[in-house]
Amino acid sequence: MATLSLSDVNKRYDNGAHAVRGVDMEIADGEFIVFVGPSGCGKSTLLRMVAGLEAITEGEIAIDGRRINDVSPSECDVAMVFQNYALYPHMTVYRNMAYGLSNRKVPKTEIESIVRQAAATLRIEEFLDRKPHQLSGGQRQRVAMGRAIVRNPKVFLFDEPLSNLDAKLRVQMRIEIKRLQRSIGVTSIYVTHDQIEAMTLADRLAVISDGRIEQMGTPIELYETPATTFVASFIGSPAMNFLPARVADDGGSITLDEGPVLPIPAGALAAHAGRALTLGVRPEHLGEEGDDDPVASLEVELIEQLGADTLIYGRLAEGGEDLTVRLQGVRTLSPGDTLPIRAPWRHLHLFDAESGARISLG
Amino acid sequence: MNQSLLRTLTNHTILILGTIFMGLPVWVAFMSSTHAPETLFREGLQFWYGGHFFETYTEVLFVEGGVMKKVTATKMLLNSMVLGFGFSIGKVVISMLAAYAIVYFRFRLAMPLFWIIFMTLLLPLEVRIVPSYEVVAGLGLLNTFTGLIVPLIASATGTFFFRQFFKSVPEEILEAARLDGASPLRFFIDILVPLSKTMIAAIFIIMFVVGWNQYLWPLLMTTSEEHYTIVIGIKQIYQVLSEGGELPQFQKAFALTILATLPPVLVVVIFQHWFVKGLLESEK
Repeated sequence: MATLSLSDVNKRYDNGAHAVRGVDMEIADGEFIVFVGPSGCGKSTLLRMVAGLEAITEGEIAIDGRRINDVSPSECDVAMVFQNYALYPHMTVYRNMAYGLSNRKVPKTEIESIVRQAAATLRIEEFLDRKPHQLSGGQRQRVAMGRAIVRNPKVFLFDEPLSNLDAKLRVQMRIEIKRLQRSIGVTSIYVTHDQIEAMTLADRLAVISDGRIEQMGTPIELYETPATTFVASFIGSPAMNFLPARVADDGGSITLDEGPVLPIPAGALAAHAGRALTLGVRPEHLGEEGDDDPVASLEVELIEQLGADTLIYGRLAEGGEDLTVRLQGVRTLSPGDTLPIRAPWRHLHLFDAESGARISLG
Repeated sequence: MNQSLLRTLTNHTILILGTIFMGLPVWVAFMSSTHAPETLFREGLQFWYGGHFFETYTEVLFVEGGVMKKVTATKMLLNSMVLGFGFSIGKVVISMLAAYAIVYFRFRLAMPLFWIIFMTLLLPLEVRIVPSYEVVAGLGLLNTFTGLIVPLIASATGTFFFRQFFKSVPEEILEAARLDGASPLRFFIDILVPLSKTMIAAIFIIMFVVGWNQYLWPLLMTTSEEHYTIVIGIKQIYQVLSEGGELPQFQKAFALTILATLPPVLVVVIFQHWFVKGLLESEK
């Protein structure tokens, strides 16, 4: 049970690489935070800094107000679950879970009861006498979590714990992790590059790119109001469509480059007349039904039937921009067909063409 | 005759010939050691049992021989054991600790130091034997086990093998141990040593045989017969046997040879089992 605060945290390696750049963050007690970003964006480094496994070049990390920059990892009171489980291969499951406790001189009988209880929670009781190589991936992952739970840490850290599991198991373990975190109520940080994992697990998630936090908020905030084109492209699947566009000189419409003209509510963009934009719209919002008038038509090139949804890839008839559309249900379309496109104003995202920053409309 | 049967026959013929080629000298030495000295002197090497097994071996093992008549084969075997175990255990411990320091502690010059250790491979004992002798003599350690063992236990090969092995241990294991509050010493004892079991067994086997077979260094280091190892003993005692006016006691020399080969064979047989088991379990 703890709060965590990061202020202006920086990581520079000896070779000059600047892996984490000025991260500020306040994490409330019991909150489940997910760091998400592409590989090499610094999210794992940031997590390892919280764990005390990486030195902090600048800035401060505090758990419950206590600065932990120079505290050894074992005294920070954090527990970590690693991507490759990192179980001790020569120890039984029981010893794996008990090792941290016996290093802390917890009495034997107490260790026994703590380990048994954790094993019961994670349903790994029957494996206590086995060694890690006799377990499946999912069971090993449970043991790794058990090893973290028994320590009763202030903060739980997960470093891409599910990426070595197959897809079905991953979904199952995702739910279990969420349930476990809810029931124990420990402040947790979870690193992943999978945006679905991020969206489903997080109370709040931080999208990290190039060592910086691009945006931090609840999954729905990030979905509905992405602050930059990077966040917009990273959150949501399939990714958001981006089209170069320009606000008409009178501020009354948006013109796609060499393409259709989108009407906009009067006055909404008056302050931005003539500005170059990146127009973003999610595939699921380009529906064919609705009250809005069609603004363009799509030449269908490829169709993916997912059962519940149909993904349609194609080009705009005017301008030739690539576009992805997601329609509900099964659709019978074939390449070469034309699909009317509706782009409701409330689902349009406008970003500055140069900086990629969101243009907020009052 | 079908092809696979032919292949099996060929393979087995080759293997059987090889086994005979390797095993025959040992067999001849053993059989010859059970004959009376007169038979050996008159008829040469013997291929079958001669009936003097107990006499020869009890005499070799329990009656003092050599120039000074001070040492038995039992004593020499014991000396060889001390050298063999001291040498191999010393090498394993020292090279493991050296590799641990090089791999897990970021200190200045770790890499240059490692390569300096590695370069000592170019300077085997024979090259540095005079200065080494002088150091040991200067310390007054001639005719002691310390003087016999300590100058030999630094091992570039062992350090190199352990370094490569430690580098293959996933870093997360170290990190997990750090989060579990293991001190560097605890990590070494609780995690690295058990993980290295097969490496330790392998290096121990090799080093025990190498240590047991040391000849030049013990020959220089030991002038008193009480410190003779069995490998030196064979030569020294054989010399005495043939220089005296009596009949050469070849059967004793053969008996000593057989006794000298037994312990390394046992170590290899026992530890190889262990070694193979470790490899098959593949825990890492």
